[in-house]
Amino acid sequence: MNSMSQSAPLAVGRRRPSWLRLPGRLIPGRSLVASVPTLWLGLFFLIPFAVVLKISLAETAIAVPPYTSLFEWDGAVAALSLNLGNYQFLFEDSLYLDAYLNSIKVAAISTLITLIIAFPMAYVIARATPGRRVVLLSLVILPFWTSFLLRVYAWMGFLKKNGVVNDVLLSLGLIDQPLTMLQTDFAVYIGIIYTYLPFMILPLYSALEKLDDSLLEAAEDLGCRPLQRFWLVVVPLSLPGIVAGSLLVFIPAVGEFVIPALLGSSDTLMIGRVLWDEFFLNRDWPMASAVATMMLLFLVVPIMLLRNGQGRKEEAA
Amino acid sequence: MMRYPGFMKTSAWLGFIFLYAPIVSLIVYSFNASKLVTVWGGFSFKWYAELLQNDQIIDAAMVSLKVAVSSATLAVVLGTLAGFCLSRFGRFRGRLALSGMITAPLVMPEVITGLSLLLLFVALEGMFGWPSGRGTTTVIIAHTTFCMAYVAVIVQSRLASLDESLEEAAMDLGAHPSTLFFLVTLPLIAPALISGWLLSFTLSLDDLVIASFVSGPGNSTLPMVIFSKVRLGVTPEINALATLMILVVAIGVLAAAWQMRRQTRRAPAA
Repeated sequence: MNSMSQSAPLAVGRRRPSWLRLPGRLIPGRSLVASVPTLWLGLFFLIPFAVVLKISLAETAIAVPPYTSLFEWDGAVAALSLNLGNYQFLFEDSLYLDAYLNSIKVAAISTLITLIIAFPMAYVIARATPGRRVVLLSLVILPFWTSFLLRVYAWMGFLKKNGVVNDVLLSLGLIDQPLTMLQTDFAVYIGIIYTYLPFMILPLYSALEKLDDSLLEAAEDLGCRPLQRFWLVVVPLSLPGIVAGSLLVFIPAVGEFVIPALLGSSDTLMIGRVLWDEFFLNRDWPMASAVATMMLLFLVVPIMLLRNGQGRKEEAA
Repeated sequence: MMRYPGFMKTSAWLGFIFLYAPIVSLIVYSFNASKLVTVWGGFSFKWYAELLQNDQIIDAAMVSLKVAVSSATLAVVLGTLAGFCLSRFGRFRGRLALSGMITAPLVMPEVITGLSLLLLFVALEGMFGWPSGRGTTTVIIAHTTFCMAYVAVIVQSRLASLDESLEEAAMDLGAHPSTLFFLVTLPLIAPALISGWLLSFTLSLDDLVIASFVSGPGNSTLPMVIFSKVRLGVTPEINALATLMILVVAIGVLAAAWQMRRQTRRAPAA
């Protein structure tokens, strides 16, 4: 009966033939349908964080799996041992704080440069004739669908000592000897900007596409110079696209692992890479868990709050 | 049509060159006969031939395809359910939990998702003996979890733009909620399901970080094999592989663009 009463509001005022009424009792209610994805996410998304938190309080051990258990049971006495040493170490060793701050710096600067490169591209696409627009948009989307790893790899061949960029610069006589570009911070910036450029162009394009030409004409008639018109009309009206695009670039860039690992030097500190090395190189699972917990607290939670605030603002507008 | 300033056009062109120059050089050098990747030694298909004989890469590609097809399909089922519940059920028990969790994987750094799932699998194995060891199953579960978020977002936005009167009409005519879902709503949101599946498939095929955490020995996915080779430097075989993958994607995108162009041309006439 419960399932019937719950599915009833969906079909107010219906007159169903009796043959349809029978399976109605067999079809479970809404909560049951919704519980399938909810349980999946609970088990494979939410509970894992509890496990991470638990293991961050354990100690490394030479065992399988390589950490101590928090609960000891020797037949009569149950002992709970929490080890805060990992967190203490996080704050004592400047490596972690440096990596965290550097990730934010690298992501923020890359986001800004990506915005500067993407804006004219989105603007030109939005102002193109409809037929041309489809072609240009496909050109933006094509790299977006190709393998991210292979696109980062393409830059390795491009920036190498005897790579294409050095060859061109040498043959033009602009430099005397090859520049070291690979395994530098410069290469990391290039890699992030390149990878996430389509993520910036597409939301900017959809904001600029809605821009009404008559507003620009009005500004011109009222004596606005082109640059003024750009700052006072185009930029404010495309602000939602700018914010959406910047979030789409900043969020994945800040936890990036592949780009600093392939294009950066061993000194390129980024928090995603620190966690990876802690786990795969040092095999220190508890320490990796502590880094993950801190990333969640100081990176993911602020980003989620920021994003939700943004979403609410858009709804209100 | 408003004219755009010349410098806008120039910088847009430079932007497109920036986007394509590395890809073009990758494709050109995949036909290079010389083993020294940047010295041109004449045109040759030899790296393609060697690629086809590389069992490690072929095996990994098979693992990746299997994982991508399974997790994209699962993600479409779960993501569609989630998106449908959130946009059509109004208030129901557990709505807050579902809406809170469904978009969270989108902002989660991959290293955290990978690590936390691995630790969960290890803990589950310790407690229940399942999953015994790690392999394709654990990778499929991990990929499904983050792909279903994308599917749910796509399905929700499609449902939001949909005219509800069709569904109301079906209800007025006495359709059972499940009949309504399968015969009316599902066909209407089919384009969203297709794009959700394709996006999930691509994301799964492309994932290195999460798969590295949750896959077991002997079950390396294609990105894991590529990463381990590429880490040591540029290799011509990977250039050949990249060219093939870009070719497949380019054909797909061009076909979609051609379809779109035909539709935009037909629209004003109709």
